[in-house]
Amino acid sequence: MSQAVVAKLKGAYAASVLEVKEYRDEVTVTVKKEDIVAICQFLKDEAGYNFLCDLCGVDYLGQEPRFEVVYNLYNITTKERLRVKVPVTEEEASVDTVSTVWSTANWPERECWDLMGITFNNHPDLRRILMPADWEGHPLRKDYPLQGPDRELYQGRIS
Amino acid sequence: MAKKETMTINMGPQHPSTHGVLQLVLELDGETVVSAVPHIGFLHRGVEKLAENRSYHRALPLTDRLDYLAPMSNNLGYVLAVEKLLGITDQIPERAKVVRVMMSELTRIKSHLVWLATHALDIGAMTVFLYCFREREDIMDMYEKLSGARMTSYYFRVGGLSLDLPDGFEDDVLKFIDGMPAHIDTYEGLLTGNKIWQKRTIGVAEISAEDAIDIGLTGPALRSSGVDWDLRRDNPYSGYEDYDFEVITREGCDTFDRYKARLDEMRESCKIIRQALDKLQPGPILADVPSVCLPAKQDVSNSIEGLIHQFKIISEGFKPEPGEVYQGIEAPKGELGYYIVSDGSANPFRMKIRPPSFVNLQALPQMIEGKLLADVIAAIGTLDIVLGEIDR
Repeated sequence: MSQAVVAKLKGAYAASVLEVKEYRDEVTVTVKKEDIVAICQFLKDEAGYNFLCDLCGVDYLGQEPRFEVVYNLYNITTKERLRVKVPVTEEEASVDTVSTVWSTANWPERECWDLMGITFNNHPDLRRILMPADWEGHPLRKDYPLQGPDRELYQGRIS
Repeated sequence: MAKKETMTINMGPQHPSTHGVLQLVLELDGETVVSAVPHIGFLHRGVEKLAENRSYHRALPLTDRLDYLAPMSNNLGYVLAVEKLLGITDQIPERAKVVRVMMSELTRIKSHLVWLATHALDIGAMTVFLYCFREREDIMDMYEKLSGARMTSYYFRVGGLSLDLPDGFEDDVLKFIDGMPAHIDTYEGLLTGNKIWQKRTIGVAEISAEDAIDIGLTGPALRSSGVDWDLRRDNPYSGYEDYDFEVITREGCDTFDRYKARLDEMRESCKIIRQALDKLQPGPILADVPSVCLPAKQDVSNSIEGLIHQFKIISEGFKPEPGEVYQGIEAPKGELGYYIVSDGSANPFRMKIRPPSFVNLQALPQMIEGKLLADVIAAIGTLDIVLGEIDR
């Protein structure tokens, strides 16, 4: 069933779909970031993915593009999952917000901005959510130290 | 000429009714809430970043401390996600799956007991608090017999369970669920027909089904708005497809319906535990996957291969193939999701936790704007949030 949805998506947005992968019975579609709002609206209206389970950013330091924003979608009627990924470069670390499509994206996008530093254009309220309001830096990035900005690394063994 | 002004007051983060360190900045016009802005992050411990620096086995205790009122549920979600990543989901032995279901449902009862106790206490019904905590002590005694800890159990492992059930454990569970329905009836007798309770909860903090799906609400709060969705039945995991239980859905969308829904869920959990006890058969508790699961203790003490095996797994851990999975489970508070990305090394490359309370709390401003200040307390209680999960 997810394959049928992917085929429909490819039919409508052939130029934007970069890659389709299936791993452990889960389908992941990588699309270009410029069309993300249109694609999400299409998936919500035409394919029935009315629930956004999760929105997060992943930092692949060393790879180009550096970031990926991942949208995990769910169709409540057919009980199917789909994952949409958007590559984001470090120089232009911004994506359009999908909070117009699903209002649940509001806080997860704030968290992505706070911890990863990916800006969301046209977001209604983009400010830090987990870190204090005057914090500098984006802690979940791979080049941010685990112990914090002004401490020594823990000398014992953790792994 | 009267000038109308609103008053901005701060509720929390230290407040007995906010269920943790939640700060609400309320703008009030008299007693009516004009706007409410939640501020979170006071309990942020960086669990996701910590998990990136530990092997998969060592990241498991971090999950205990997310929703600390339902620790085995968090463990279960993580363990299922890692097993999916490794591709060993169908090699988990039957006994491990049955014990996982049994402990998950006991955890659900445990979490709902705390919800009822604190929700009733906030609204003013102080008797219910200690009644619920008395039952909760029984469950925590069972946790302690099983895993050694009352709260942060760390009982499940990737591939099965860590220890087998001790002798007499099944009798303890049976005694508990035999007595539980009577206790739930006691709580109902104290609250459901009570005029004060009804006045404080009926018509309070309503949210319609479309708004609830749009804002991302899950769990009993969503089902009380009429949406029939339960991950245990719809995307079953750990053998849930073999159990016979009802998914409690109600149409009212308000606090009273969420209260009744969670009480009925406790009754359904007792049913599931009874079925699990009937299904319990002797057998192995860990999957037969040598690269992931620890060997039996007698092998470790008596043979060099067992010792090397144990050493390798504890020091190095296992290395899944590069890939990513998302596993959602029906935690007591809603859909708990784990999105794990592996890059082929022994540590998770990215572990994103989708906490149900984080997304449910987004619905709070919508539920209380335009309502009275007293309803704010009822709304926070009915959403059943726990800050450990929200802030991670």
